[in-house]
Amino acid sequence: MSQEQTAYSATDEVTSFLDKRTAWSRTKILLRKSPATARFGMIVIAIYIFVAIFAPWIAPYGEAEVFAQPYAPWGGEHLLGTDQIGRDIYSRMIYGARNTVGIALVTTILAFVIGGGLGLAAAINRSWLDQLLSRGVDVLMAIPSLIFALVLLSIFGSSAINLILIIAILDSTRVFRLTRSVAVNVVVMDYVEAARLRGEGLGWIMRREILPNILPPLVAEFGLRFCFVFLTIAALSFLGVGIQPPTADWGSMVRENASLIQFAQYDLKAGLTPLLPASAIALLTVAVNFVVDWFLHHTSGIKD
Amino acid sequence: MHPIVATVIQRLFLGIATLFVVSIIIFSSIEMLPGDFGQAVLGQAATEETVAAFRKELGLDKPAYIRYFDWVAGVIQGDLGTSFSGRAASGVDRSRPVAELIAPRLWNTLFLAGMTAIIAVPLALFLGITAALYRNTYYDKIVSASTLTTISFPEFFVAYILILLLTALWPVFPSLANIDVSTPLGERIYRSALPALTLTLVIVAHMMRMTRAAIINLLANPYIQMARLSGATQREVILKHALPNAWAPIATVIAFNLAYLVVGVVVVEVVFVYPGVGQLMVDSVTSRDIPVVQACALIFAITYIFLNLLADIIGIITNPRLLHPK
Repeated sequence: MSQEQTAYSATDEVTSFLDKRTAWSRTKILLRKSPATARFGMIVIAIYIFVAIFAPWIAPYGEAEVFAQPYAPWGGEHLLGTDQIGRDIYSRMIYGARNTVGIALVTTILAFVIGGGLGLAAAINRSWLDQLLSRGVDVLMAIPSLIFALVLLSIFGSSAINLILIIAILDSTRVFRLTRSVAVNVVVMDYVEAARLRGEGLGWIMRREILPNILPPLVAEFGLRFCFVFLTIAALSFLGVGIQPPTADWGSMVRENASLIQFAQYDLKAGLTPLLPASAIALLTVAVNFVVDWFLHHTSGIKD
Repeated sequence: MHPIVATVIQRLFLGIATLFVVSIIIFSSIEMLPGDFGQAVLGQAATEETVAAFRKELGLDKPAYIRYFDWVAGVIQGDLGTSFSGRAASGVDRSRPVAELIAPRLWNTLFLAGMTAIIAVPLALFLGITAALYRNTYYDKIVSASTLTTISFPEFFVAYILILLLTALWPVFPSLANIDVSTPLGERIYRSALPALTLTLVIVAHMMRMTRAAIINLLANPYIQMARLSGATQREVILKHALPNAWAPIATVIAFNLAYLVVGVVVVEVVFVYPGVGQLMVDSVTSRDIPVVQACALIFAITYIFLNLLADIIGIITNPRLLHPK
């Protein structure tokens, strides 16, 4: 019998009854209650992330490795055949997960850093800065973003860096609008006023007082924005002005193999080849949409 | 002045102001090109004189604001400048005016967009209203789930599925929509059927979801509950009480989606090699033919701004609360 066990401690008594739920156990409970669509979405996203990270180990060949036989049929040495110059399509699909999803993810994060930061700043400083940014965003949003992206790409040329910067800036306008509109309601709260009177700087107020309170809509927007960015980049690559060869990318893979579709009558598998990268894009978008739907439903607390 | 007229005039001015700023942005795209782009357009073999003559033709020896007003004056008179392509290092100039390149293609694009709108708008309204009417039934769930799926699909995916099914496996339609001025109307509709069908599938989904959401939003209002309590049936509530108030959001939804159509057209035209403005724009972006890109971007931006403005104004005019000011 040691001294500690006989000593009375209020904390011990309380904690002995109330086993505090850790973040992990709370997540487990939440996941158990999630609908089938959201589970499906999460599994799909997890698989994509896994494939993207371990692409070089999963793929049988390199992404730009050229083989002797172009347009090889499915099966045999090449699981999904080869493309117009003889690259293994299965390997390029796997590397595509890394390139296409990676670029879209980086772009979305950048758009959120720019749009979210400026949106918060505009919501806190409601004077000239807000006016300037809001009017600027109005004008940028008056041009359809795909068209604007095409104009900018024709000036600066198509490269991965240009693509990321252009789409991030164009999409940050939407993030700015959302962040500003939700943050404006939080900025007028008393605790923000208290922090301001306490003498906290702009950075503290943005990060510690406002951001935690506007997080749920922003997280949902992140999912939706990612889908949008992902589809835009895929469309641009499909048009031939996005991610440039020889980088394996789903959008340009659809374009490169599109002519195979005409042979579907003779060999259905060949006809399906251009649809594979397209369905990889579609599947991820559907999955993210399912998860965002559930997340919105969960955080808004609507019981419909 | 009637408050509606005042608001509409204010919106019109706002639209014109936006257009002005947008035109400056599109114009300045040529300013951002690197300094030696004359050399790039004309090729390495171009002599200094040809490059200088080319720069002079573009008016690069004049200050930017004068060139901007020249450009705007030209655009208003239908002169969109001269294409970069077809110029040779030797100074031989086979380039064509941009307006001449765009005019027939613009007509084709408008034809495709119009055809899509005629099919898509009634279909989307029907689906949206019935889905709201039979809310939470299997009908609603199936319609909602299938539209959510088509929204998530990239346009080219929908396009290639249709090509696979309707041209490769069961040859019903031609896979390439090659039409020109001489194509008769019936043939034109037949050849544009697949691109129009693709666009329809894409925008019906958006329009239907927004229509459904607009009506369901309205159903949460107290006056709808009042109507219900007074014994109106579900059908009466939707058609008599909710719909008149829903026209504004629905009109906004339609105009907004037609604006979306403007953008969606680009990808679909490329898939089906449809000779429209979108395809021309993508080709010009690849060859960096800036005058053509500018002209196409201006056309798309004007249409987009106009349709959004229209949505705004319809929303104001049909708002019953604004119609009867106190």
